[in-house]
Amino acid sequence: MANCNETLKELEPYLDGELSAEAREHIHGHLDGCADCQQAYEFHFELKEAIRRKVSNDELPDGLLQRLEFCLREDFDGDGTVAGGVNG
Amino acid sequence: MSVRRQPPVRFDRVADRSTFAEQAMEYAPQLYSTALRMTRNRADAEDLVQETMLRGFRSFETFSEGTNLRAWLFRILTNAYINRYRAKQRRPVETDMGEVEDLYLYRRVGGLEAAAASLSAEDQFLDLFTDDEVKAALEDLPDNFRLPVILADVEGFAYKEIAEMLDIPVGTVMSRLHRGRKAMQRALYSFAEERGLVNQAD
Repeated sequence: MANCNETLKELEPYLDGELSAEAREHIHGHLDGCADCQQAYEFHFELKEAIRRKVSNDELPDGLLQRLEFCLREDFDGDGTVAGGVNG
Repeated sequence: MSVRRQPPVRFDRVADRSTFAEQAMEYAPQLYSTALRMTRNRADAEDLVQETMLRGFRSFETFSEGTNLRAWLFRILTNAYINRYRAKQRRPVETDMGEVEDLYLYRRVGGLEAAAASLSAEDQFLDLFTDDEVKAALEDLPDNFRLPVILADVEGFAYKEIAEMLDIPVGTVMSRLHRGRKAMQRALYSFAEERGLVNQAD
């Protein structure tokens, strides 16, 4: 089982789902028995979730979808030319 | 009808392209949101998404079935951003941000407890920060830290996918994510300080 230092060091890859099954199990085992690390884990889990939520709410500008669809339609022959050019 | 004007061989190609366009279009909102965090500017973000769609559309033949379309489009977006905006500078910006201690925000939560107590029951602690503050904290990061954080924390890509998109080793992705996240936490905390949310006693 991992200790506190190891757990905090691996907290980010653990949260990101990037650890091997074995390493995950070590961290998981420690979190189960250590309230301090569990609290740190929950904080960073919520922080990551809050960041994603708070920066993913941009509204698509009016007309962007239509503009994209128009571009793709005009470029259907794949010759690389678009009416109006790539930059409008 | 219009179909008859197309040579048969062309028709298949167009049908495939049409499918591709339809599928790619579903990712337009995510691509736009990421482009906005990259360019920090609406008009540039729109142009970047348009360029991404067109590049994807034109190199559609190189996209192989079974590959992740979403990751493929984000790779094109990232490259388009880097080429377009770094071309303006002679050298890529590899800014350093100085050291920020580990668990920066977590260790300072105590100072925000009084402010958090005023939140309504449905709000989580992190709702102390406004959407604009979180966006600003992210957008203020230098490019080499901002891109990994956007791709991992907002778009949820794996380290390996981010390494491929940015053409850097996985270890570099990890260290930049680590430092970028800490810098964001420091920025968020200073927003809280500026708004007088931090308990003076702490």
